[in-house]
Amino acid sequence: MSLIVTREQILQLESIVGKELLDAGADHVIIVDMSGNLIMQQGSMHMEDIFSLAALSAANFAATAEIAKLIGEEDFSLLFHKGDKRNIHFSRLGREHIIITLFNESVSLGLIRLKLNRAIEQMASIFKGLEGKNKWPL
Amino acid sequence: MAFIDLNKNEIQAKIVYYGPGRGGKTTNLLFIHESMSKQVCGKMVTIDTKGDRTLFFDFLPLSIGKILNLSIRIQLYTVPGQVMYNTTRKLVLRGVDGVAFVADSLRVQKQKNVESLLNLAENLTDEGLDIHDIPLVLQYNKRDLMESNIPLLSVEEMHEDLNKDLKVPAFEASAMRGNGVYETLREISKRTIKNVIQKVGGDLK
Repeated sequence: MSLIVTREQILQLESIVGKELLDAGADHVIIVDMSGNLIMQQGSMHMEDIFSLAALSAANFAATAEIAKLIGEEDFSLLFHKGDKRNIHFSRLGREHIIITLFNESVSLGLIRLKLNRAIEQMASIFKGLEGKNKWPL
Repeated sequence: MAFIDLNKNEIQAKIVYYGPGRGGKTTNLLFIHESMSKQVCGKMVTIDTKGDRTLFFDFLPLSIGKILNLSIRIQLYTVPGQVMYNTTRKLVLRGVDGVAFVADSLRVQKQKNVESLLNLAENLTDEGLDIHDIPLVLQYNKRDLMESNIPLLSVEEMHEDLNKDLKVPAFEASAMRGNGVYETLREISKRTIKNVIQKVGGDLK
């Protein structure tokens, strides 16, 4: 099975990401699938190793899901790593995708989570088509 | 699962190097990384233990040109070969599009090769894939050790053990020296992309 994303779908995703997350102060937003493929990216950061970031994020998410199973959870639907200057937030998008948000210390985690919820809601119809109707919502 | 971006006209496909522990999977990727130009080959990521064993996976992104006006981007992964890391291998196999199986030519590894191939078949089944259908090539690695006195399996014996049923292309290699590394990569890339394009051909028109 392969995933095909059209120009219109990418433009729709970019519009949602821009309006909800970048306008709220996020530095960069990346969407990847669980296989580690980069679906789209948008933001102000120059990411030279974006494909490594996509692969490691998918692996990180999958490894954490295994930890969740060990403590009786199916998986953890969001992950957050705090750095000195920059933070990274991972959230599941449907069954097969992850949205990664990079933001700095001037933006609160609460705002990012609020905006992400809105963005994910708006992206639902796009990913419903991509993933199959039975797999959305979470 | 390959990803096709019609906005950028790009295909991303995932190829996993599979095989028994210490068989040379990481060495294959290292050789590719060191010998390819930086325009083709991205940064190699390795998650290993303090020794030389892969703990989670190695990852190497490659841009290998264009087919049908689509840029081809291949993501190479290795799995940890040690038997106990099966959960990790299953995670790395998720969404795989093609497999290069790196078998160890050392005679003492005869059984490990067979076990690893059976494990690959099982894990592919769990992914909803059949080892007979997925793009697959074999590599008989460490053939350079023939020059020393270390007992090796003959190519015929390896074929009998591993490829009698599968009948896929097999390459003799020495990943340390680079022999057979590109032949393996070229064949598995070709088969994987051909397979992806065949599967989605109708949807691309």
